[in-house]
Amino acid sequence: MSTILPLTLKDVAVRRRGKRLLGPVDLTLDPDGLTMIIGPNGSGKTTLLRVMHGVERLSTGTATWAVPEEEARHRQSYVFQTPIMLRRTVADNLGYPLRLLNAPRAQVNARVRHWAERIGLADRLSLQATRLSGGEKQKLALARALIRKPDVLFLDEPCANLDGASTRDIESILQTALSEKTRIIMTTHDLGQARRLASDAVFMLHGVVHERGPASRFFGAAQTAELQAFFRGDIIA
Amino acid sequence: MNDIYEGLVSAFWLVVTLDQDLMQISLRSLQVSLSALVIASVLALPLGTFLAIRRFRYRRLTISLLNALMGLPPVVVGLIVYILLSRSGPFGVFGLLFTPTAMIIAQVIIITPLIASITHQAMRELWAEYHDLLISLNTSNWQRIKTLIWDGRRNLLTASLAGFGRAIGEVGAIMIVGGNIDNATRVLTTAIALETGKGDFALALALGFVLIALAIGINICIHWLSRTEREGRW
Repeated sequence: MSTILPLTLKDVAVRRRGKRLLGPVDLTLDPDGLTMIIGPNGSGKTTLLRVMHGVERLSTGTATWAVPEEEARHRQSYVFQTPIMLRRTVADNLGYPLRLLNAPRAQVNARVRHWAERIGLADRLSLQATRLSGGEKQKLALARALIRKPDVLFLDEPCANLDGASTRDIESILQTALSEKTRIIMTTHDLGQARRLASDAVFMLHGVVHERGPASRFFGAAQTAELQAFFRGDIIA
Repeated sequence: MNDIYEGLVSAFWLVVTLDQDLMQISLRSLQVSLSALVIASVLALPLGTFLAIRRFRYRRLTISLLNALMGLPPVVVGLIVYILLSRSGPFGVFGLLFTPTAMIIAQVIIITPLIASITHQAMRELWAEYHDLLISLNTSNWQRIKTLIWDGRRNLLTASLAGFGRAIGEVGAIMIVGGNIDNATRVLTTAIALETGKGDFALALALGFVLIALAIGINICIHWLSRTEREGRW
């Protein structure tokens, strides 16, 4: 099956109640790697991610995949900053995306077991997901997103508020997903994590792409004064 | 006080001796109210959930109307159903007037807005919680409704029980469309009204206590079966 990428954003802007939240943005995402979107609060990172995922209404511009939009929507997943748990068991949460596709019960069960073992929740499949810890919930949300084997995975600050061990577990799952050719696009405030994972990076400021480049150049030789200031930890106006 | 005491004693003996009339009236009450509850729930649960998730023109007006219909006067409902089902009415040909079916129809009309409105309130909160995930998973409207109804089933049980409470205690509408005919359409509430009219307060109270016991019993049974307030897979 051919990949749904590249994704091309052309002159994309999002305005709500007269306020510009994003844009204009022109951006193309190639089929491989992990794109890290960084920037200060309110810079448009999450809006950009939602635009790419197709859940944010565009005021202007277009977002185009290599395949029809309906097909592209089915071949991507999204993990939210605050994990959303269905009021069901761990097993039912994991299997939910597959059941939406009417996958055979045996296949659902096999994949649920596989992913539960991978995230260390195999012994808690019958526990209510809402009773898991924050780190466990996020791992479950990530596994639920990956269980459909998406071409593209979007993550909105998946490790915010998590401790080091949980962050390491999630990064390990992401590395494995990358090695299995899942395209990942994520936002983060953690520059260490950005350096560890990114193959290329985007710096958002005031709703526009301020700087973009491959990770080695982006983190090693920032071109703009604003990105350099951001790396130093300065407050950017 | 004496009437209440006598009512309690009468109720006790009516139940202990399995009084045939009481059993028949009680079973008919349950049959009518539970039938109305099932039909109203089938209509109201998806409707309330749909109103929670779907944005459309006149949605707020629809919700306001639904809330207003919660206070629908049963006597007026009974009168309208009576006119519709009477021989000269549009549905007179079915011969439903003064049958338990007519009573069920009236009760469905009365409790559907109540169940739908409570469902809407409960589902609105759940939808706010699930919205981003279900949109992200590209679910259809029907998949969203199914997910919300399943995951919010405990709240929906409360909505249905509220409907049952209203149905089993209803008297005005079913008196009009049922006619309180002995061995045919007499139920606990209409029997209470009849006995009160005849001045037999002890029997009326006895029937009242049986009615209350039935309502509480059904509620407890449903809560017990559905494991509400307990941890578990349900």
